[in-house]
Amino acid sequence: MKTLMGNAKNINLIIGLLILISFLLLMIVSFFYTPHDVTAMNVANKLKGPNSENWFGTDEFGRDIFSRIMKGTQTAFFVGTLTVTIGVVFGTLIGGIAGYVGGWIDEVFMRIMDALMAFPGIILALMLVAVFGSGIVNTSIALGLIAIPSIARIARSGFVQHKEYEYVLSAKLIGVKPFKIMFRHILPNVSSPLIVAASVSFGVAMLAEAALSYLGLGVKPPDPSWGRMLKDSQAFLKSAPWYTYAPGIAITFMVLGFYMLSNAIRDILDPRSN
Amino acid sequence: MAYIIRRIILFVVTMAIVSFITFAVFQILPGDPIRTMLGTEADEVQVETLRKELGLDQPLYVQYFDWAKGLVTGDLGESIRFSMPVKELLMDRLPVTISLAVITLLIVIIVAIPLGIFVAKRQNKMSDVVFSSITQVGMAIPSFWLGMLLILYLGMNFSFFSISGYVPWTESIAGALGAILLPALTIAIPQIAVKFRYVRNAILEQLRLDYVRTIRSKGITEKFVMYKHVLRNSMIPILTIFGLITAEVVAGTIIVEQVFALPGIGQLLITSIGYRDFPLVQGIVMYITFAVVFINFLVDILYSVLDPRIRLN
Repeated sequence: MKTLMGNAKNINLIIGLLILISFLLLMIVSFFYTPHDVTAMNVANKLKGPNSENWFGTDEFGRDIFSRIMKGTQTAFFVGTLTVTIGVVFGTLIGGIAGYVGGWIDEVFMRIMDALMAFPGIILALMLVAVFGSGIVNTSIALGLIAIPSIARIARSGFVQHKEYEYVLSAKLIGVKPFKIMFRHILPNVSSPLIVAASVSFGVAMLAEAALSYLGLGVKPPDPSWGRMLKDSQAFLKSAPWYTYAPGIAITFMVLGFYMLSNAIRDILDPRSN
Repeated sequence: MAYIIRRIILFVVTMAIVSFITFAVFQILPGDPIRTMLGTEADEVQVETLRKELGLDQPLYVQYFDWAKGLVTGDLGESIRFSMPVKELLMDRLPVTISLAVITLLIVIIVAIPLGIFVAKRQNKMSDVVFSSITQVGMAIPSFWLGMLLILYLGMNFSFFSISGYVPWTESIAGALGAILLPALTIAIPQIAVKFRYVRNAILEQLRLDYVRTIRSKGITEKFVMYKHVLRNSMIPILTIFGLITAEVVAGTIIVEQVFALPGIGQLLITSIGYRDFPLVQGIVMYITFAVVFINFLVDILYSVLDPRIRLN
């Protein structure tokens, strides 16, 4: 049983990292080079199947799908990073204050977080996008706001537990400022579950961005988005099935990479969770 | 009883904050909703008349209480685009979304529970790795893409399935099934891939307990142990999971209705965002969120009835 867990952990870590590093490299390269111009249209070359020139085929405007997948990694990582940053910064701040200060502040903060979590995620996202408008930054902000409550809950439970520990009591006794106690003393000790949650949030954010873009309410042109590529490919499902494979597989692998990584991190940081 | 009252209070407080957030978010909107409704040609008098008529000249808190009072009495306001009560529009679309959600739930229950039992009986290294991989892929695959794949492989090859649109049950049961089955599978497959492991874990937890060892030592067949004792005791955690699934299925219908062009509530929501029909958006958001919170509330109550220990916590 032990060796099995060891293997499963390593499999998650190895495959997860392999997937994410590949996408990261693809993104870095895409800043300088793509095999074809991602926006150049060539109607004579439209909806070609995969071939030596266009590895993943071409879309309805004759654009190279592989190049567009490469460019799409930029959008995916941008949305993921901004979303997770907003979620972790504000989630930790809110959860940390609620847990450390306690009392009515805790009660008010957490009731609001509960109410935010009562909305189905996609409903909240659609409502925010309806108000703020779509586009890559607005989408990320909306998804970031949605990520806050679950991170706040995790942070709160850590702070509640640690504020009673002796190292915190002694720090208080010698007059360390509350803010410093919270973020210099407690935070590093409660960061493991937050790191795991951040890694999961990356995957969740990328899935949500793809869904919003599929609905036509997420990332707007000219920013390339795998979700919107899928939407566009739906009209050509029968005549050009390869068009739908590439972005679908890209999203699935990217999200899978983050989920596997988060599983591996959880096992490494907290072996008891098994 | 005290437990149930506490849950009811929590439910009311949650819905009050939810309604407040939903109201507040739409106050951030730039521009004057009245001018948007009337267009650029309207004169000052028309604008002010309509503003009074809709109560938008009142202070915000009065507007909120008016709106919230409407919610409680079932009046969700009026759609700008259709000039119809939001409630009527919702009622029109409701049968589609409910059919989809119910068929999806049935598929998940029919497949996930037997699968969980099957897997719990065969616990070994290989199967653990295989099943946890299935779960991870099930979580990672975008539901709308899965829907497109089902259209590509099933919808286009078997004429039984319709890949777009809805057929009412009263018109043709086969037609309705053909229209609902693929979207239902689209939501159900990832749910099954994730949730059968919860069923498995709930059963394995029971199998470890002393009473199972005792009844086994009495020489009772393994089948009897599983179906008469273990399964019954695992139903409590399994029930909670299905409360969760219901909420996720309702959320899942929104996107999947788009993939299969089903005229349900989700599709109404997406188009009303496109038309900036905000009273309708607000109404749908409140309605769906209410449904989800209410289902969770019911599951909590049922849970405490089945397992009285919960009430003491």
